[in-house]
Amino acid sequence: MLKNITLGQYYPVDSLIHRLDPRIKLILTIAFIVAVFMVHTLAGYAVIFAFVFWLSRLAKVPFRMLLRGLKPLRFIVILTFLLNLFFTPGEKVLVEFWIIRITEESLLQAVHYSLRLIFLVLGTSLLTLTTSPVSLSDAIEILLTPLKKIRFPAHELAMMMTIALRFIPTLLEETDKIMKAQMARGADFESGNLFNRARAMVPLLVPLFVSAFRRAGDLAMAMESRCYHGGEGRTRLRVLKIQNNDWAACGIMVLLIGLIVLEGILL
Amino acid sequence: MSIEVRHLTHTYSEGSALSAVALDDVSFSIQDGEFIGLIGHTGSGKSTLVQHLNGLLKPTSGQILIDGEDLNGEKVDRRALRRRIGLVFQYPEYQLFEETVAKDIAFGPKNQGLSAGEIDARVRYAMDCVHLDYEKYAEKSPFELSGGQMRRVAIAGVLAMKPSTLILDEPTAGLDPRGRDRILSMLEDLHRKENTTVIMVSHSMDDMARLATRLIVMANGKIVASGTPREIFSQREMMTSIGLGIPDAARLCGALREKGYDLPADLYRPEELKQHLLRLWKEAGKC
Repeated sequence: MLKNITLGQYYPVDSLIHRLDPRIKLILTIAFIVAVFMVHTLAGYAVIFAFVFWLSRLAKVPFRMLLRGLKPLRFIVILTFLLNLFFTPGEKVLVEFWIIRITEESLLQAVHYSLRLIFLVLGTSLLTLTTSPVSLSDAIEILLTPLKKIRFPAHELAMMMTIALRFIPTLLEETDKIMKAQMARGADFESGNLFNRARAMVPLLVPLFVSAFRRAGDLAMAMESRCYHGGEGRTRLRVLKIQNNDWAACGIMVLLIGLIVLEGILL
Repeated sequence: MSIEVRHLTHTYSEGSALSAVALDDVSFSIQDGEFIGLIGHTGSGKSTLVQHLNGLLKPTSGQILIDGEDLNGEKVDRRALRRRIGLVFQYPEYQLFEETVAKDIAFGPKNQGLSAGEIDARVRYAMDCVHLDYEKYAEKSPFELSGGQMRRVAIAGVLAMKPSTLILDEPTAGLDPRGRDRILSMLEDLHRKENTTVIMVSHSMDDMARLATRLIVMANGKIVASGTPREIFSQREMMTSIGLGIPDAARLCGALREKGYDLPADLYRPEELKQHLLRLWKEAGKC
């Protein structure tokens, strides 16, 4: 019954975008976010939209897959739009009745802010759709390595992320098993009011926690018996190397930012 | 209570790229008081099959009739049915959650809505069944116990619902010989004294030789053989060809027959082999 939950949203196809170095992709995504924040005209958003659409074609990710990432955020987007629409002060009144006052400035700002949110989500979705969770945490580790100088635990953080991702399906399977076992003993997870349902979770959660701790202990033991002692001096199976494609991607991003800046000056 | 399975087929994740047929047109029936041994190699569909028998999984097609009533029919109260068919999962000790052994065992009867007095009686009965001393263990935390004891507590949790049919998925897996012996003799008692119908999934042919009245052999989601242990264990080639073995006693008997000793072909219990060996020994005039 828990099988239908898809984990992460990695879309496993082979494409130019999938093959880019995850570090570069991560940095370029940040650059993209900066670019989105520099846009001040609707023409700029059109450029951004064209760019995202082109990337999704290059990545062989269906565009509606990308749009699906917006679904959980739709309320926030709508709320942002409405708040900006009603509460931004402005001069040129478009509509006014009772306490509601919509001005040209407020309408423009509402459109700006909601578009900004939408493109932020689209850009980051593109990253997670085309980069597997493991290479993403690899990239984060390498990018955070300079922070080790100030005692920031970059390797440990990345290892924790990788382990957490690795165990999500395992724990889901375990949940399914324990749920069935308790249902065989007459437990009822589906009916009753909120309080009863929360209480019905106890026979599920306690064994799940117990087994998670047991697994954690076992995993720590297995890692230590294979001489794991932290990130010090550890080498990688897959060494990341910057290719020509990665430089090209950087070039394109610089071009995009240039275009946005130019548009800001000219318009 | 009779169980009849008709043309049961189950496909996991049907319609997706990952779909896998776990059960393929399985039919059989089980009568009151039988001790069924369900055997088959890993992935042959045994666990999927037993989860169908108390309605935890729904068949893709086919029917399961309990006393002639369709288990997945619209009017059937599946929760009531689950009380009559107790299912003990693999490694059941991982489902324990309460503070004390007694409270954990009481979980099932409590869900049945029994009175406090009746629940207490059921807990004592179930602990007695699994040979756990009530005075000593009732107030202990289940997490303080040994693996074998935890498993017996978990089995007691199912027995406390007094099911008329008990299904166990590899009840002896991962236990030491003593823990295993305790569980097997407990099942033997339940079957003999309480006339409980038992369906046991196991990889151990020796366990099966000791307890089962009938064996059902599965391979690749199908039933490939069914019969008394004597019938099944005498087909050594068939059993090895589907990746299963035969009990040690049957193997030893086969090896001795090949050396020319005069032994019946269908021995599979250690005691009967011992009798025959003693007979041969006497005939040879060694004592």
